[in-house]
Amino acid sequence: MAPDATTAPTGPADPAAAPVLTATGVTMRFGGLTAVRSVDLTVHDRQIVGLIGPNGAGKTTFFNCLTGLYVPTEGTVVYRDTVLPAKPHLVTQAGIARTFQNIRLFPSMTVLENVLVGRHTRTHEGLFSALLRSPGFHRAERASHQRARELLDFTGLADKADHLARNLPYGEQRRLEIARALASDPGLLLLDEPTAGMNPQETRAAEHLVLAIRDQGIAVLVIEHDMRFIFNLCDHVAVLVQGRKLVEGTPRTVQSDERVIAAYLGTPFEGEPGQDEAAEVEAAEAARAAETAAAAAAMAARAQAEARERAPGPDEPTRTHPEENDPR
Amino acid sequence: MTVRLPRRHTAGGRPSAAASAASAAPSVPATIPLPPATARLLTGAGALLAIVSTFLAWTWTTSFPGNLTVTGYPGGLQNITLVGAALTLLHVLAGYGVRGLRWLAPSGTTAPTVLLALGTFAATWYTLGAITTDLGGLVNLEPGGFLAGGATLAAVLGALGLPPARPYPDRSDHFDHFEHTEPPERPARSDRAGQAEHAGQGGHAEHANASDHAHVSNHPEVPADPRLSPGPIPSHAPTTPTAPTAPGTPGTPGTPGTPGTPGTPGTPGHPNALGNPTIPGAPKNTAPANPWHRFRHSLTPGRTPAPIPLPAWADILLIAAAFALGLGLFTYGIEAEYGELFVGYLLLTCTGLAAVGRSGLTDRLSTLTARHHTITLTAAFIAAAAFPLTLTSDAYTNLATSILIFATVALGLNVVVGLAGLLDLGYVAFLGVGAYTAALVSGSPESAAGVHFPFWAAILTGIGTSLVFGVLIGAPTLRLRGDYLAIVTLGFGEIFRITMLNLNGKTGPDITNGAMGIPNVPDLAIGGFDFGDTHDLLGTPIGRFGNYYLLMLLATIAVVLVFRRAAASRIGRAWIAIREDETAATAMGINAFRLKLLAFALGAALAGLAGTVQAHVITTATPDQYQFAGTVPPNSAFLLAAVILGGMGTITGPIVGAALLYLIPNKMDFMQDYQLLLFGVALILLMRFRPEGLVADRRKRLEFHDDADTTANVSATDSTGATPLTRAEA
Repeated sequence: MAPDATTAPTGPADPAAAPVLTATGVTMRFGGLTAVRSVDLTVHDRQIVGLIGPNGAGKTTFFNCLTGLYVPTEGTVVYRDTVLPAKPHLVTQAGIARTFQNIRLFPSMTVLENVLVGRHTRTHEGLFSALLRSPGFHRAERASHQRARELLDFTGLADKADHLARNLPYGEQRRLEIARALASDPGLLLLDEPTAGMNPQETRAAEHLVLAIRDQGIAVLVIEHDMRFIFNLCDHVAVLVQGRKLVEGTPRTVQSDERVIAAYLGTPFEGEPGQDEAAEVEAAEAARAAETAAAAAAMAARAQAEARERAPGPDEPTRTHPEENDPR
Repeated sequence: MTVRLPRRHTAGGRPSAAASAASAAPSVPATIPLPPATARLLTGAGALLAIVSTFLAWTWTTSFPGNLTVTGYPGGLQNITLVGAALTLLHVLAGYGVRGLRWLAPSGTTAPTVLLALGTFAATWYTLGAITTDLGGLVNLEPGGFLAGGATLAAVLGALGLPPARPYPDRSDHFDHFEHTEPPERPARSDRAGQAEHAGQGGHAEHANASDHAHVSNHPEVPADPRLSPGPIPSHAPTTPTAPTAPGTPGTPGTPGTPGTPGTPGTPGHPNALGNPTIPGAPKNTAPANPWHRFRHSLTPGRTPAPIPLPAWADILLIAAAFALGLGLFTYGIEAEYGELFVGYLLLTCTGLAAVGRSGLTDRLSTLTARHHTITLTAAFIAAAAFPLTLTSDAYTNLATSILIFATVALGLNVVVGLAGLLDLGYVAFLGVGAYTAALVSGSPESAAGVHFPFWAAILTGIGTSLVFGVLIGAPTLRLRGDYLAIVTLGFGEIFRITMLNLNGKTGPDITNGAMGIPNVPDLAIGGFDFGDTHDLLGTPIGRFGNYYLLMLLATIAVVLVFRRAAASRIGRAWIAIREDETAATAMGINAFRLKLLAFALGAALAGLAGTVQAHVITTATPDQYQFAGTVPPNSAFLLAAVILGGMGTITGPIVGAALLYLIPNKMDFMQDYQLLLFGVALILLMRFRPEGLVADRRKRLEFHDDADTTANVSATDSTGATPLTRAEA
């Protein structure tokens, strides 16, 4: 049951179908910083939705709001008619599973055990049942193991079941994270940059895996920077820029949207760099140079005066701390 | 065994093989450069002479304990030397390929021989030193003593000249890099966690992006990475002592992987680096110049060939023999009458056990125990139950009972620390809660409660009270993580002690009798069996402490069962997941707070169980038994040390740790003043050289000692079933 490249995609989902996930007006503020600003997003059944945007656009923060890792400042997240509480374990229980941008496996557990942990919400054998080894315990364990093995087969990790998760190569760790997430039988899978750090072959394999997951009837919401990946897979793409949803639609619409291009690449240089324009630029520059010289003199004088006034103020904005220069 | 000889050529298992290997490929030099044949001969001769020396007098007076004055048969500490030298000799003979001895060291004789020779040397020289200092001067040594010293030294020198079982890894310096860079890598790992936290607090998750990936790709846990790319090598270079020689190394400019070690001028021991530096096909696996590294390498075991399948009855006999041997060893240690003998015993036992571990016998045994699980457990139970029968004095039985109580509590703490990863520094308080509860309700005349519950009711009350306290203390504190939790639990532990101290009628209501404690807890009588009386079992009288020992053993078994079953279940996996990565665990649907509380409460209940028995054994419950740190073992610091020293997350680990931590202070009272200092030094050394603890489950061993064939080990052991965690520690 390995991910099959030839699986026929079922095509874009019927928009009239019941949404799996509806996020309405999700806003996340950290103090003065608004990381996510009133984002709406809907994921329908059997849909692969892509979430793209430049670094720092708030994609992962939005994910964390969806999965209860953060409590959104405003807005609600509804999963199949239930409003999700802001507790990660309850969100998983409801049916949303996720992977992490920086892989967060349980490194000293075996591959199989990692997946078994993912079964946690779908099994209910408590401590006493485990201590007394009731028949129900054995049944549940067997079922969990069987499901975990299936998932390892599905992700192509079956022969590594007894390896430590930490010893897997990078690409397999990513796949294991997906297998672990799938173990909770989710209706919606959130993938945070599933192909980060992968080579093209591994990326293609990941594409097939995501398609296979969709074909199992699981909706997928994926953050990704690999545009080919996004445009190959997604039925629907939303673009986040500076915490806002800039545009949303089919990959084709988004791909050709000027605002998206602008957000990623900056505004393109319009027109031809002709003679007259160059001259114009030069003239403008000369004028500006003169202007700035004058302005600078004036500014310096004003700044000195201001500095004298504001010297005792504790919150001098220009003050720098060495640790602020820390690249982290 | 002969079938597998060809494979053992490489491992240096046979002398001819080793000798020819050494002469043909001198790329496996030992710590001390000696021709292998000479080295083997020297070791054997040394061991033989040491054996002879134990039959001579070592000193002239009997004022040194153990009577070492008799010529004709060994006594006292000479026995230790005798056993050590005999074992060394056996391994040397096994190295010569003597028939019937090869089973001794399936994975090469070098490492066990070195360790045994070192152990014998240490024990003998310790004896000689003790005689000299006790009696005042070298003059008190008889020629036999000098012979013993010289012979054991010769054996060590010879053993250090034995060729290592394994050739040096292809890029030996790289291998060293691995070891050396390990400590710096751990901060890097926590760094990553720090970043994640950082991302969790601010909205900077995306910013951490790039550096995260850099971390991941440089991570040593990704096995393919460092070996493939020569990239990390220059950056790590300054960390090895051998690296600075790199620029001047002859013949290596074209090979980026071997920058360091070969050809350090003037260093003996790797002729090939200087002798044939430019031969293109010259072996890349050159020895490190540093003798210490060569010594470390000589201790690495070779590959263990698959054992010959034996009939089941032979397997079972072997298991029984191993347990009998273990029991005998432990009994000897407990019954060591004077400190010097115990030190000698400890020196030889430690190196001996390490030798057994390196010789591959432990692996063999664990294969056997894994195959016959029930029989192993039964054997362990029988050995433990037979233990009081082997002891000659009630005092030793008392000691054994105390060790068992300590070990049981350590096992309970292991649930909290080893499985759920909650650092609890006030755990002994729960033992105290159990003990005080039992003392209060068991009919002590001084008890404020004035009731006399039957034992089962007392046990249930003790467990229940501890459980309630566990939940009460856990509920507010378990929202904290890591260090903060440790500090808070430390505080609660002390609060318990001080509260018990103050409930004395003056500074509080009179419940616990203050510092006097609750004395005179009556002996148990269950169904007419009075625990205070001496009963005969198989013709051997079992005294009061023997009775309690057996009762405590039942409690220990209960705790072991709880630990095993909890660990190999959905709950146990969730605990381990929380320990590994709490955020990821919650994202997998685990209610971290509830499960941590469960672990805390379960740990408290287990300690309460031990506490109820303890109250009856020592008949008093006083506050100062339940401190954070002290010189008498059941205190929080020692409990935690027992768990960490023994090996977190295992069953045998805390038991071994507890036994050591109880026996050592008890037997070596002549070093009482330095006890805590030595304890600290020992912990530091252990954390440096064996961070996974004395008894490592396989998983931990893999975690701390990344090696080429790591995963093979795991899959080999775990392929038999679904619960590798518990299997690994069986």
